[in-house]
Amino acid sequence: MIKVKINGQEQSWGGDPDLPLLWFLRDEAGLTGTKFGCGQALCGACTVIVDKEAVRSCITSINDVAGREITTIEGLHPTGDHAVQKAWRQVNVPQCGFCQAGQIMQAAALLMDNPKPSHDQIREAMSGNICRCGCYQRIENAVHLASTGV
Amino acid sequence: MNFIDNPRKLRGFEKHTRVEKISRRSILRGIGITGGFVLAAPVMSRQAFAYETGAGKMPHGVVVDPRIFVAVAPDGTVTILAHRSEMGTGVRTSLPLIVAEEMEADWSKVKVQQAHGDEVKFGNQDTDGSRSTRHYLIPMRQIGASARTMLEQAAAKRWGVPATEVKAVNHEVVHGASGRKLGFGELAADAAKESVPSIEGLKLKDPKDFRYLTKGQIGIVDLHDITTGKAGYGADVRLPGMKYAVIARPPVTGGKLVSFDPAEAMKVSGVEKVMQVRGWPWPSKFQPLGGVAVIARNTGAAIKGRDALKLVWDDGANGKYDSVAYRKELEEASRKPGLVVRAEGDADAALKSADKVVIGEYYLPHLAHASMEPPVAIADVKGDKAEIWAPVQSPGGTREDVAKTLGIPEGNVTVNVTLLGGGFGRKSKCDFALEAALLSKELGAPVKVQWTREDDLHHDFLHTVSVERIEAGLDKSGKVVAWRHRSVAPTIASTFAAGANHAAAFELGMGLVDMPFEIANISCENPEAAAFTRIGWFRSVSNIPRAFAVQSMVGEIANATGRDQKETLLALIGSPRIVKPAVKDMWNYGEPFDSYPIDTARLRKVVELVAEKGEWGRSVPKGHGLGIAVHRSFVSYIATIVEVAIDDKGKLTVPRVDTAIDCGTYVNPERIQSQIEGAAIMGLSLAKYGEISFKEGKVVQKNFDDFQVIRIDESPLITNVYIVPPGPDTPPSGVGEPGVPPFAPALMNAIFAATGKRIRALPIGKQLEA
Ligand code: FES
Ligand code: FES
Repeated sequence: MIKVKINGQEQSWGGDPDLPLLWFLRDEAGLTGTKFGCGQALCGACTVIVDKEAVRSCITSINDVAGREITTIEGLHPTGDHAVQKAWRQVNVPQCGFCQAGQIMQAAALLMDNPKPSHDQIREAMSGNICRCGCYQRIENAVHLASTGV
Repeated sequence: MNFIDNPRKLRGFEKHTRVEKISRRSILRGIGITGGFVLAAPVMSRQAFAYETGAGKMPHGVVVDPRIFVAVAPDGTVTILAHRSEMGTGVRTSLPLIVAEEMEADWSKVKVQQAHGDEVKFGNQDTDGSRSTRHYLIPMRQIGASARTMLEQAAAKRWGVPATEVKAVNHEVVHGASGRKLGFGELAADAAKESVPSIEGLKLKDPKDFRYLTKGQIGIVDLHDITTGKAGYGADVRLPGMKYAVIARPPVTGGKLVSFDPAEAMKVSGVEKVMQVRGWPWPSKFQPLGGVAVIARNTGAAIKGRDALKLVWDDGANGKYDSVAYRKELEEASRKPGLVVRAEGDADAALKSADKVVIGEYYLPHLAHASMEPPVAIADVKGDKAEIWAPVQSPGGTREDVAKTLGIPEGNVTVNVTLLGGGFGRKSKCDFALEAALLSKELGAPVKVQWTREDDLHHDFLHTVSVERIEAGLDKSGKVVAWRHRSVAPTIASTFAAGANHAAAFELGMGLVDMPFEIANISCENPEAAAFTRIGWFRSVSNIPRAFAVQSMVGEIANATGRDQKETLLALIGSPRIVKPAVKDMWNYGEPFDSYPIDTARLRKVVELVAEKGEWGRSVPKGHGLGIAVHRSFVSYIATIVEVAIDDKGKLTVPRVDTAIDCGTYVNPERIQSQIEGAAIMGLSLAKYGEISFKEGKVVQKNFDDFQVIRIDESPLITNVYIVPPGPDTPPSGVGEPGVPPFAPALMNAIFAATGKRIRALPIGKQLEA
């Protein structure tokens, strides 16, 4: 039995230990905020935070995160008012919105690591997250806003 | 599989910031600024009958009935139905906002509810063709005005005063003379008993009293949910007892399953069943391709099970499709006369006697939609009833197709529309919902069919592949006196009928026969082209290759005559006039020409506006170049200036983009801006990387490593959007699609200005690398 803590709650899994965390979250735990975009760590839609790092849940097995703390978009802030989330709303970032949970988690991890990233650092850190709708300038502006206080 | 050579790929536990260091261009330091400028408040009439649209001619037309679209609860909550699909344009907010505006509802007390697929009840729901605001501005205003009138009548009756003495203001009805007020909630029950006023008698609000429309200050209704992970997309629907399925489909369009061995797949933990899925012979519109489904307790197990399947396919007639060879065929076809679809003057003779002929052959490969959310659908079929949950652009069409596929009455099918994680035309085709319906019927359980990214790229309804050849004949003064444009590309009609080898009217009308230049001798031709895969609508459709060719040719003519690009462009557009091409039954995006003519004054205006605001002719650093392009599509006019920077290794970046759009009367300038920003990214993606190619009938690309799209580190640093203020009652026109077509040619013209290299085949790929 693999035990993980997701958004503060203990969860366990007795099935295939190689199951990607993404599918455990979405299909077994019912946390559908984390999205599937490529399954190959190429798009960032599935980004979650494990301990303090942004991780692509589509290529991370449930076994790899045994005993660790996972934060998904649902658990980023109890009322959805993390600085990144607020900035996202202020800048009206999303179009279709599908990539945005991954973008927000990536941005939140970036700010934990580097509270005042430069624009180049933002562009670099966020370059693993695709937005097919093309909200990039607003993403950049929103990360900047979150880092300077919303 | 080996992915470690991809710098963007992050292993699960690599640190997120360890994306391979990308060298920085010192010239590009600076912040990403997004500029949006609305030049003046738009004018919208109280007389909303001043223009006609093609809305009534769409299947099932328009329904204007407040009883269907609006509900007022006793607590004052106003529920407004959104009957079009939300894929990122903001339509789920914009259309209900129009209703709320006209009925004087307070937006904070409005709930938006998504309508299911039922076109008899709601009117046309096919969210495609950049039509939503264009077709529904008037009907939504009328629905709101009707609801307001009914509330006012109910209040007047309650107070025993003439209806003319009362007025709805911000969620209340007020009797001015006595100062009495009643909230919408208090009037709800009585208002519901009022008869629906006739459309002709409705009084619409004076636009100067607008609180929401044209202001751009209301965020999309799903904004909070999107930022908190609560927004519901296709795959997010969960039903009790639901199974998870992925399908192995024939790798070649039109291929068939010969045999399969499920043994290894069945050994995968979590896999419950392996079964065949019915396929239809190609072409068959949106019917499923067939294949083998793996059913499991979760998607991960289903994917792992599918990887373990042993499959034997018969590739069929399309097994020889090869993109390199086919490009040659298209090029050869473009060099010979083809079906003449527009003829004015004598282009042949004028080309022969021209002083100089400029020739360009422009190639654009297949493109995949690659919406961020791959296709997915959930179906629950019980007996002769079916319920579907899916991110579909056409819920009405989906309902019809599910009913036909299952052989049950349409009334027995419920199609619930989720949010769409992008659509771009892919989700106009409901094959994935049909697959789910077939599987659920056989399993006797609810099932979700999830497409992987590989499935999405391999089994898309692709944007066509094309060669556009243009010959422009110039006289001694450099004036263009002859224009021959041959457009060769498999048609979307080939997805509906075998052997369709010529462009359909709607394809001809997207940048070929509607070409607006003032040239005496014009020949537009459409040689035959066969299709070997599923061709479908992709955001902006044929306008992409046509604008790429026509607007690149403008740059080539400018170069040949030693003139400025913008001046050359304006000279070609010619005098302000209404263009009436000599084309029988010309398609105009389904709109009447009276309301939506080809107006060169508006075309000139966006060129002049973008040139002024975008500082055309400004001096740029060495290695930079400016390019301009304009295109009318979806009855809107858009001009773009791109500044490109090419370093000495041939690496391309885009420091700045300026776009001017004239989309007539508009509702939400903030979402127009976001659509144009996104269109620049999509235009840059297709120009730089966009290519789906075939070898032995199969799509070569697999995922975002070999089908690349623009990422944030390559996105333009500045994108400015300028919206042309509409004249009184200028009909609204498209926004979602028109931004894409001018981008690539503006970029090509900019690259030429920067380097002297003319790129005629997309994607750019490594062409700039020395
Ligand atoms: S789904 Fe994991 S990175 Fe794309
Ligand atoms: S908002 Fe649609 S993919 Fe990013």
